[in-house]
This record gives sequence, C-alpha cells and structure tokens, in this order.
Amino acid sequence: MEAPRIIAAVTRVVRDVGIAEELAQDALVAALEQWPEAGVPDNPGAWLTATARHRAVDLVRRRENYARKLQEVGRATEFAYAAPEAADPDDIDDDLLRLVFMSCHPVLSAEARVALTLRLLGGLTTAEIARAVLAPEPTVAQRIVRAKRTLATKNVAFEVPYGPERAARLGSVLEVIYLIFNEGYAATAGDDHLRPGLCEDALRLARVLQTLMPQEPEVHGLAALLELQSSRAAARTAPDGTPVLLKDQRRTRWNRLLIRRGFTALAASQAVATGAPGPYALQAAIAACHARAHTYEETDWRQIAALYALLAARTPSPVVELNRAVAVSMAEGPEAALALVDTLTAEPALRGYHLLPSVRGDLLERLGRREEAIAEFRRAADLTKNERERDFLLSRARTSPSGD
Amino acid sequence: MPRYLTMVRIDENNTPAEGISEGLMQRMGALIEEMTKAGVLLDTAGLMPTSHGKRVHYENGEITVTDGPFTETKEVIGGYAVLQTKDEAECLEWTKRFLQVHEPHWTVTSEVREIQEG
Repeated sequence: MEAPRIIAAVTRVVRDVGIAEELAQDALVAALEQWPEAGVPDNPGAWLTATARHRAVDLVRRRENYARKLQEVGRATEFAYAAPEAADPDDIDDDLLRLVFMSCHPVLSAEARVALTLRLLGGLTTAEIARAVLAPEPTVAQRIVRAKRTLATKNVAFEVPYGPERAARLGSVLEVIYLIFNEGYAATAGDDHLRPGLCEDALRLARVLQTLMPQEPEVHGLAALLELQSSRAAARTAPDGTPVLLKDQRRTRWNRLLIRRGFTALAASQAVATGAPGPYALQAAIAACHARAHTYEETDWRQIAALYALLAARTPSPVVELNRAVAVSMAEGPEAALALVDTLTAEPALRGYHLLPSVRGDLLERLGRREEAIAEFRRAADLTKNERERDFLLSRARTSPSGD
Repeated sequence: MPRYLTMVRIDENNTPAEGISEGLMQRMGALIEEMTKAGVLLDTAGLMPTSHGKRVHYENGEITVTDGPFTETKEVIGGYAVLQTKDEAECLEWTKRFLQVHEPHWTVTSEVREIQEG
C-alpha cells in the first residue's frame, strides 16, 4: 500500500498524476531489481518514495520548458537541488491528502472519480476495478486515461482546498468513498469477491482520511457509518446467499470490534463538531442505534425516527423520507407511516426504486390489506436488479401473513 | 480484505532484564502511528504478565482454575494486534517491521492467524 504515498509525493514534483503513477511503477520495478541484490532497505516506503521523486526531479529537469515549469510549480525547486532522502512523513501526509482531493475533483464525472480513486489510492488494477464496478475493462481504462488528461488540461491544482471551497470539495471526497462502499454493499454473495471487497477498500480509505483530517467531523462521521455498516456484513446474507432482513439478523454475528470502532469514530465526530451534525454523522448515529440494540425488539425507533427527521431537514430526499417512514412505522405504527409513504408514490425520483413498493407492501400487510400488499411485492420484484432480492420479494408475495 | 490476529509470543523467563527501552517505546509508537495512518491497524494492546493471569480448564465435564504465572509454557502471548490488509503478504510485511523495532537481543515470535469471516 505504499503506492498511493509514492504517487502523491511525485505528483507534488511533476504535477501530473499520470506521469506520477508511471514513475511510481518505475520505482517499484527498480526495487524488484535492486533489493534482491542489495537487501531490503530499513524503510522500504521511504526508499521507494525517494527513488520515484529523484526520477521525477530528473524528468522535470529534462523538460525543455524547465525554467517556466519551475516557476509554475514553485515548491518543486526545493527538491530539484536536493538529493533524495527519507521524506518527512508529515509532508507525505500532506501530499497524500492533495492526491485525495485531486482524484475526487468535481471536474471529473462520478464514475471517473471512483475509478481514479480506486486506482491511485486503493491500489487496484484497471482489470480489478472493471470487475468490481461491472464495467468492461477498456471502458474503465478509457475512463482513467481521460480523467488524468482532464486533470492535466484543466490545470487542477495539487492542493488541499481551504476557505469556502473546502466544504464542497470535501463533500465530493466523502461522496466518492461512500459510492465505492455502496457499490460493494449492493453486491450479492454470488458476485465476484472483488465487489464486496470494495466495502473494505472504502473503509480503509475512510480510516486513512481520519488520520489526515482529524478536525473534520464529517470525515469521522463517514468512517463511523462505514464501520457500523460493515459490522453487519456477516449477518446480512444467509448461507445460500439470500438477504436477511435487519430484524431477522443474528446479532451475535455482528462484528463487535467494528461496532466499537464505529462508536469511537462517532464520538470523535461529535467531539470536533462545532455546529449541527452533518449527514454522515446523522446516518452513523442511526446505524449506532441499531448497533446498540442487542435484540431487534430493543431498537429505539423513536430516536431513529427523530434522527431521520433531522436528516430529512438537512438533506431532503425521497429515499430519506422513505427510511423515515419505516422508522415511524416502528415507533408509531403502520398507519402513520403509510400516510408518509403515500406522499412519495408520485415522486418521479422513486419511480424505478424497488424499495418503495417493498416498504409499502410491508405496511399494507401489517394493516391486514393482504391483496394490495401482494401487488406491491410483485411490483417491487419487477423493479429490483438483484436476483436474490427478487426471489425474496416473490416469496413474500406468496407467503401468507401467518407465515406458513 | 482479510483480517488477521497477530499474537506476539515472548518467553517470560527470558525477557531482557532492562525491560522495554525508551528507544523501543518510541519506535513502536511511530510504527503504530504509521499503521494507523495506512488504515491497517484495527486494534492492538499489550497484555499483563501471566503472573496476573488465570487459566480455566474444562475436561470430563469438570472446571479447574489455575493461577499464573504459566512458567511451564515456553512462549506466552504478551500482546496482540488485529490487522486488515490487502493480503497475507502485506500483513507479514507489517509484522516483520513490528518485530524489527525491537533490539537484536530480543527473541519474539509473532503468530499470524487469519480471522474466519462470516
């Protein structure tokens, strides 16, 4: 996992992530050639970074427009005349953070940000990314090449944004990590193992980000959310791969270590927060309510419904409203929730969203309106893209409420 | 990404007399910080000596409790870490570095075991 740190250090010199990545590769190749002969250095990471940066400085020197470049890149001068030596870890941290902001820059499409982040920071190969995001390899390769070119042509600065721009740019970074996680979370047991693996790639990125930006409440909030979501991974699917609903999950299979880490990250988020909690901290707080309940019956649905109300006020969206409705149904009963859900059925954003009829079917069933419920479960089964989920919904459409 | 429990085994009867040096503490602290920054260290701690420990044994339906120290055991667990890494090779790399922060007069074994998931 040294690669991202090397790429980051080199990008500072050459200001081009494409070239930086090639130089980092060169350094790794040099290591493979030299280490068996000369032995592994005490700090392999520092050696690799120094080697790659040395090559980068050479490259910058060789450029015809060297002088002009130097003026542009300013900070590179300090390396241009310095022999490569072990880099200050704090400098590397700063470079790594710059690379994070660069890979997640809003000039890139969401797909390009995800691909570039997995490539430069997650250390995945193009082939692995293609398998993980279910896209053809040439498409992903193109995506990455184009993203690098866009960053170069748009002269995206290699910097950590400050001031008013920072919040928006950080939002983009967190969103990329969240997207990567969800890509993995949506995978089913039968999928290529690389897909569920994306959850762990995202979690690792979130953990690294916590150490790079310890003062940002939403960074800790995102980490908390992902730790808590991951803690339930083993309980989410039955041995045959069918999804297991939250209420039916064996809570002894929830990972206590990840739950504890989630609580710690949530506490860190609250400790550095100065204003109202952000959307990731709120979602983490909801996940924490579930984690605190040792049985489904102990779930504090009133608290969850209240948190969803805050979330809906902060980031209004039909999906949040739908989740709020589920919490309300548990806190106050299906009647109150159905009223909420019925305001969403006309929502164009939810037209193809299988969870809307799925939730509505559940509420109707609890109200004893069986026929209507069956129709909703069938509608949901038609909409879902996940085969396991489809089977599950169809079985709900068949099973009578008495459960036989 | 697999998770690993690494158990640090030491011979309590033959630990260096001067104990843990200032330099070792510092190097260990720096490495732990680095592992945290790399997002691989989920949990780690040292354990109290076995003189503070107990063993609870179950055999033929009978429970017996033995007080420490466990002098008959050559290597006892002195600490542990939970790591999550890309693969076993990365875990071994960090483990080697963890051992190498000790001075050469130390004898330490790190037992690396993958945690069963699911």
